[in-house]
Amino acid sequence: MPDVLVYALHHEGAFNRNSLGALSEAARLAGELGGEAHALVYGDGADAALCATLGRYGAVKVHRVAGPEGLAQPVVDAMAHVMRDHAFACALFGGGLLGFEIGAGLAARLRAGVAMEVIGVSVKDGRLVAERTILGDTQISEVEFASEVGIVIARLNAFEPVESGHAAAPVEQVVVEPSLFSTRARMLRRGEQRGADVAIEGAEVLVAGGRGLGRPEGFELCEELARAFGPGSAVAATRAVVDAGWYPYAAQIGQTGKTVAPKLYLAAGVSGQVQHRVGMLASENIVAINKDAGAPIFDFADLGVVGDLNKILPKLAAAIRARRGGR
Amino acid sequence: MRICVLVKEVPDAAVRKRLDPVSGRLDRSGERTLNPFDTHAIEAAVQIRESGALPVEEIVAVTMGPASAVRALHKAVSLGADRSLHLCDEALAGSDAPATGYALARALECERPDLVLLGQQSDDGECYALAAIVADHLRMPSLTQVVKLDVLDGRLRCERQAEYGYDTVEVELPAVIGVADALNEPRYPSLKAIMGARRQPLERLTVAQLGIEADRVGAAGAAARWRASKQPARRPAGTIFEDRDTDATVERIVAWLEERRLI
Repeated sequence: MPDVLVYALHHEGAFNRNSLGALSEAARLAGELGGEAHALVYGDGADAALCATLGRYGAVKVHRVAGPEGLAQPVVDAMAHVMRDHAFACALFGGGLLGFEIGAGLAARLRAGVAMEVIGVSVKDGRLVAERTILGDTQISEVEFASEVGIVIARLNAFEPVESGHAAAPVEQVVVEPSLFSTRARMLRRGEQRGADVAIEGAEVLVAGGRGLGRPEGFELCEELARAFGPGSAVAATRAVVDAGWYPYAAQIGQTGKTVAPKLYLAAGVSGQVQHRVGMLASENIVAINKDAGAPIFDFADLGVVGDLNKILPKLAAAIRARRGGR
Repeated sequence: MRICVLVKEVPDAAVRKRLDPVSGRLDRSGERTLNPFDTHAIEAAVQIRESGALPVEEIVAVTMGPASAVRALHKAVSLGADRSLHLCDEALAGSDAPATGYALARALECERPDLVLLGQQSDDGECYALAAIVADHLRMPSLTQVVKLDVLDGRLRCERQAEYGYDTVEVELPAVIGVADALNEPRYPSLKAIMGARRQPLERLTVAQLGIEADRVGAAGAAARWRASKQPARRPAGTIFEDRDTDATVERIVAWLEERRLI
């Protein structure tokens, strides 16, 4: 039972980067436990050939289950089924919304313990230990499990995909009868892109706007500032303002958006909730402007200004234009 | 038709939170308030009732927590719930997310809700697992982080943002829905509603009354156990200052950027 099962999310013929990271980590952890890493792939969009490629990231076996993609509960049914037939010490999920929903549902189904926002897994005194960050990343709690299986849901980008050079993994097709309630939700439309298709991932300077902008027009200030920095700069957004329709989804950073690591990340009216933070924490320099002195972003900003961005941003844009023009 | 809204009392966001060094549990003392994310769930219930999209006879606020949690229920009632349930028992202290979801599901079963609504996350635990746990125990379909919620032919039409963009999902009732804060703008309660909230029915429930297996809840029932704490490698503390003179502030930011060759 020292084996580890990983849920491998896929969309449009490609596996999710966070799932591949989780699988690579599972392979390492299984080595420590003296077991194997297995992957579970749900949905018809990933054919057997694609599933087999998970061997490169350390999967010794892939369990492939047919069914509708994008919903959590059918995957809970599938994982619980596979875990009944084969004992696992750990079910590991890469960061992301579906992983959270499936992992939590699975914990309820199996009466298992669950650790979330996990940044590391290890074996201590023969027991599985998960490390989770808490209190706005100011502390790490080590968690162990009293249940037979530990459910571990990683923080977004906690684990990097590593190609360990294994051959193609054998793929076993598993037939799972879904729970009645799992069939009572239906995906009508998946992955709709809302707003313009803007590119932010390669930008060296990102000006990110959040709810603190106050209104959609606040993004004009962000755009003006990004223009002042010149080529290689772009405007990004938080989930709250994207959900509100203020800015395109393609510019969103965080849990269900993009992951970025620019040279300069300048946050205007961004509170810095964990779902946002996980998408930009690798930025080299973080500057925050926010009128709320208690905003979590000030806990991890390199330079923070408590003030009115409507006053500061235009003058900052003008000053940067002047410096650049003076070169 | 009955809508149950799960609510939670959390430390006020302005309170500096810490971990109890002995138990590893979050110290939840200090100023407390209704989890701000839950106000969106109550507003959603009220809007469904007001729109007449579903024949809502009753909105019931449900919480689990210590005696002080009645204040969260009063707030929920002032925002539109008709009555409330308070699952309050010493045996529940220290319950983790799976245990909390299990206990709440037992309380919800007695109400036979057609719809269970809750906020996408609690402000204190950074945990968004509860909806999925409750739904699995109740054997109901579930979706979280819902930003648009409509009723069409007695079914829910939900939109949410997931890994690859926006998804539209049809969910049959009864269901458990976690709502995102973008779903609506919660109204402010009237003074009359605030004053009247204490007079609405509030039922207190215990573990024994609900037939909750005592070994599955509380600190001893937690299947994930805190082992130790450690300090993360942190980026050096930043420089934070208040803008008193904007020209000087801008000079300071520009100098900081130039020092790092970012302009």
